[in-house]
Amino acid sequence: MKPLSQTPGQPNVDALEKVAARLRGQVIEMSHLAKSAHLGSSLSCCDIIAAAYWRVLRIDPADPKAANRDRFILSKGHAATALYAALAFKGFFDPALLDTYARDGSALAEHPPANLLPGVEAATGSLGHGLPLGVGMALAARLSGADFRVFALLSDGENNEGSVWEAAMFAAAQKLTNLCVIVDYNKWQATARSDETLQLSPLRDKWESFGWDAHEIDGHDVSALAFRMESVPNGSGRPVALIAHTIKGKGVSFMEDDNNWHYRAPTADEVRLARAELGLA
Amino acid sequence: MRNAFADELKQLGDSDPRLVFLSGDIGNRLFDKFRAAHGDRFFNCGVAEQNMMGLAAGLALTGYRPIAYTITPFVTTRCLEQIRTDVCYHEAPVVIVGVGSGLSYAGLGPTHHSCEDIALLRALPGLAVVCPCDAFETRAAMRAALRADHPTYLRLGKKGEPKIHAEIPADFSIGRALTVREGGDVCLLATGTILPEALHAADALTGAGLSAQVVSFHSVKPLDTERLRHAFAQFRLVATIEEHSVVGGFGSAVAEWLVDNAVSPRAFLRFGTPDAFFKLAGEQEFARAQLGLTGEQIALRIKERLSAA
Repeated sequence: MKPLSQTPGQPNVDALEKVAARLRGQVIEMSHLAKSAHLGSSLSCCDIIAAAYWRVLRIDPADPKAANRDRFILSKGHAATALYAALAFKGFFDPALLDTYARDGSALAEHPPANLLPGVEAATGSLGHGLPLGVGMALAARLSGADFRVFALLSDGENNEGSVWEAAMFAAAQKLTNLCVIVDYNKWQATARSDETLQLSPLRDKWESFGWDAHEIDGHDVSALAFRMESVPNGSGRPVALIAHTIKGKGVSFMEDDNNWHYRAPTADEVRLARAELGLA
Repeated sequence: MRNAFADELKQLGDSDPRLVFLSGDIGNRLFDKFRAAHGDRFFNCGVAEQNMMGLAAGLALTGYRPIAYTITPFVTTRCLEQIRTDVCYHEAPVVIVGVGSGLSYAGLGPTHHSCEDIALLRALPGLAVVCPCDAFETRAAMRAALRADHPTYLRLGKKGEPKIHAEIPADFSIGRALTVREGGDVCLLATGTILPEALHAADALTGAGLSAQVVSFHSVKPLDTERLRHAFAQFRLVATIEEHSVVGGFGSAVAEWLVDNAVSPRAFLRFGTPDAFFKLAGEQEFARAQLGLTGEQIALRIKERLSAA
């Protein structure tokens, strides 16, 4: 078995931020071409995905099924464009495939498919599924004596689902220290403020009281994200929950914290403006 | 049937290190032998079936062969989306086991009945639906399910069901029905633990000068279409018998096959539970009698049908 390791040395903040900007440029382009929804949700988690794929995860794009790889589950499957962009840029598949996103016959559907694309660990789209799947994978690691870790990225609206809390209690009872949840806490769900829909706050306290080592962090601070994620398992003896405070539509001034971008796709002019703001050519 | 399941589980656990057993907080003491031998592969997942099914899929996608077990409605309809999306969509080789199927736990009321599970689960792509008729078929089905590389649903009864076979059927395979009694006039296709009623019906028909073949049609999906073709060609009347709703179950699957293959039956009857909840107190035998599912009642309806023909 080939040893896999995370990127050595200190995180290069500037490089990670450039990756995140490049991911943002790509998901904006894909949303525009496909006229697809969920752009705000994808922009929200680009820093988390950049820190995970460019810093934390022990993965080998040439061997996407390596038994000892870390697993990253995009439980908020509606942010598929961000995952596709990351996987393509990392070399799991040809970046030219990104241009086929959401087109007839493409493997790049609007939610990540099962058993079609290298690097996609779980087919998601229905919320509340990624964490139980990840719990099973983390349990498998423990049973087999493997040291891989499982990361599941959840949306804040996803915390509405009871299955999330079923999984949270099981993971705590089993002390799955190789399991890490990141909640992309952008304070919006599809049609309303998340806290006004089903009260989430105090979200960190909720996860903590469910038996997790829970931390609030800035979900756009790649350095803090990398530090918290790469320290899993962190010696607490508990699974780790990162409540990542984010801004929906992050990176583009006219999209930030505007929930219309949950469904809207940008025009060509808006793409140009957005790319300029992101410092992309 | 439950005890055979627990005993077979222990044996399969001895020989297959991939086997992981997940219980939905049920089976007090029943799995002590498995736990004693393989405590690291036993997990009480609590009263949280969505998570149990999702984590079963996660285990299966990581090389393990989980068996997820609890009372039928809770391991099927309660977590139907997890079965559909996590297990079937991912083609994760999970074995889903429902105990107390149909009206086995009649006295516990409709919350604990399962007369819709076959209809819902056989609609899911890639999922085998298997209803053993006795303890021997249960053991055979467990072995076959663990050999398969796709998900399987095993629909079990409770305990104390009569043994139909004399031993574990050597020729058992999922998707291949087994003849348990020979006959020439009428063919009774039964699935699951209601099969003894089919045998009683065959006895009653003998008194009326009719000889009935009885078949254990343990696999509702995949259907043994070769057997269906033979039965509808050979017999004056074919009946399906199941402890499940007539909406969408085994009888429906056979009716679909008839239509799709342009087979015109000479006479075809479907026995099952009606499109209604059975709300009264009472045990399985009482519920069957109320719903027209005893051997005598089945035989009577068959005789009426043949005399009307």
